[in-house]
Amino acid sequence: MRKLHAFNGGVHPEGHKGESTGRPIETMPLLPRYVVPLRQHIGEPARPVVKPGDRVLRGQLIGQPEGYVSVGVHAPTSGRVLAVEPRPVPHPSGLADLCVVIDSDGEDRTVETAPLDWRAMDPSALRNRLREMGLAGLGGAVFPSFIKLNPGARRHIPILILNGAECEPWITCDDLLMRERAADILAGAEIMRHMLGTEEVLVGIEDNKPEAIAAMTAAAGGRGVEVVAIASLYPGGGGKQITYTLTGRVVPAGGLSTDVGVQVFNVGTAYALLRAIRDGEPLVSRIVTVTGHVVRPGNFETRLGTPVADLLRAAGGELPDATGQIIGGPMMGFGLMDEAAPITKSVNCVIVKNAALFPAAPAPMPCIRCGACARACPAELQPFELYWYARTRDFGKTQTYHLFDCIECGCCSYVCPSHIPLVEYYRFAKSEIWSREHEKQAADQARERHEFRAFRLEREKQEKAEKLAKKASERLEGGAVAAEDPEAARKKALLQAAIAKAQKAKEAVRPKNVDNLPPDKQREIDAIEARRAQAGQAEQAAETEAKR
Amino acid sequence: MLSAILVMAGIALVLGGVLGWAAIRFRVQEDPLVEKIDAILPQTQCGQCGYPGCKPYAEAISKGDADINRCPPGGEEGVKRLAELLGVEPKPLGEGLEHKPKSVAVIDEALCIGCTLCIQACPVDAIVGAAKQMHTVVADECTGCELCIQPCPVDCIRMEVIHEDIANWKWRYPVIPLKKVA
Repeated sequence: MRKLHAFNGGVHPEGHKGESTGRPIETMPLLPRYVVPLRQHIGEPARPVVKPGDRVLRGQLIGQPEGYVSVGVHAPTSGRVLAVEPRPVPHPSGLADLCVVIDSDGEDRTVETAPLDWRAMDPSALRNRLREMGLAGLGGAVFPSFIKLNPGARRHIPILILNGAECEPWITCDDLLMRERAADILAGAEIMRHMLGTEEVLVGIEDNKPEAIAAMTAAAGGRGVEVVAIASLYPGGGGKQITYTLTGRVVPAGGLSTDVGVQVFNVGTAYALLRAIRDGEPLVSRIVTVTGHVVRPGNFETRLGTPVADLLRAAGGELPDATGQIIGGPMMGFGLMDEAAPITKSVNCVIVKNAALFPAAPAPMPCIRCGACARACPAELQPFELYWYARTRDFGKTQTYHLFDCIECGCCSYVCPSHIPLVEYYRFAKSEIWSREHEKQAADQARERHEFRAFRLEREKQEKAEKLAKKASERLEGGAVAAEDPEAARKKALLQAAIAKAQKAKEAVRPKNVDNLPPDKQREIDAIEARRAQAGQAEQAAETEAKR
Repeated sequence: MLSAILVMAGIALVLGGVLGWAAIRFRVQEDPLVEKIDAILPQTQCGQCGYPGCKPYAEAISKGDADINRCPPGGEEGVKRLAELLGVEPKPLGEGLEHKPKSVAVIDEALCIGCTLCIQACPVDAIVGAAKQMHTVVADECTGCELCIQPCPVDCIRMEVIHEDIANWKWRYPVIPLKKVA
């Protein structure tokens, strides 16, 4: 029996798991239209590689990974590309984002797939393949998996944790996946173990999922995988929390679990990885829980790009008096703005709200400094301090209190007797800090470029001056140069001869009618002659300059 | 009496010497004020303050020649931070100066005649092109200073406001809805 460690704080919200676990995973029927966002993962969005009118097949790459932290995006079915344009996406902002809209042809033809021989493949090539196949963490953070599967040059990762805790209320997609496809999940973990060079594989499952624990334990027999039942305590499925619970290793502030030799993957990711490698099939579908105030709550194998409205229809539709939907769980999720928004790699659950299940939040009252939030905080922060400083926009201070170690789990808001939406303040502070950081970088860059430009202009001026100075000195040493170069000397002689000839011709032309002039006329003529001579000299100088 | 004065004078001399030595030996090279002011300025290099760039404006502020409210791209927020740094009262932006949303210059490439005038005007070298070749703005480097607009002989440069999208979207400050009580 493994010794488990209890993390600080946590809360016990009502589970509501039973609603959606009554039926096996259902496969969504093929839809006439899919809207596939190109930004479904953390990092740079994929670059579209199809244009309207193109024919695509299921599993065909439609978004090329761009930059390092990025993965591919694929067509969920065969059909024709209708548009590549901004469409509503599931995001707290409600803003539109670039999507590929595909009209299904109903045939669902697939690209040719071939299993990958992962044992024989070079780990780096294998990772590149997974990057192209669109593998990203399906637990909700959608971080590109190929990066997490890179153990680095020297770093050794002895422990791999499969995260099946699914601690958030209402969500049951991992539960059902573990019940029905336990062997496949563990086969995926086998490949992960190979890629990371891991010795120990642990599966952490909260003890409110006895069927999943039984299925996984049965499948784990003889694989050297340990299935561990952990206490149901939200947020027990947080990366740092499950690492501590299972191994007792504390992830340092601002660090990653790999810093303590542990890598954590969601069970859904392990399953998707197996599909990618065993069947050569890119990530084009995932399990999504539809629950709450709907006719037939359950779990659906859903193609990425399925509009939420269609998914709700598959679950029998919303019951009367529904008051909107939540994407994700009630603790960390956000309200959906538009039912046309599609399911993406990060969407694990859609909850339909009604007034009884999700009553409107009571009006916030002033903070009474009771400290309940600090006792509940699983990241061992002081939420009330963070709240003060975020509220007064003292962002420097929020960072002194380790704002960025906050996992936004919502325990503090959950226990707050004054009903203060604490997490909203932390999110506000975080995005404000990020944006300022970004602005500062842009300003630094502009300063640098401006300074370089000033330097460049100065340098150009200097170079020009030097060039002129060189020319002037060359003119002084003209004779010497001519003596050295017979060709130049010949040219110069010719030139001088020509000038002399011209001068003679000029002198030969004597002005007429200039005898016996009155003195004032004579003076005028002298002045004109003087000016002419001067102009002639200038002209000559300009000529020689040009010839040089 | 005399010995007491001598002793005190001796102590004063010794301590004075020690302090003098320490002042030189442990001198703290403090960040000059100009650098601190320049760090707050947004570095658009737009010249709206009347100085040829952010650094000269920072120098003028530090000398007391310029007011702190002459920088429209910095906006109220920038004025506030300058006021905080300099220990003066913040004030609204100066007369005729207006804070505009951040934007970037866009060249209509079909109209551009390749005169290079905008390239020469750009304070951060964010326009690429050559004589009689089409020019274009490197959007990531453009500070939105608008200095390229005026020199363009064919009026082919316009400013485009940067719209909010998912990548630059920010969580809003939480607002508590007011409830009507009777």
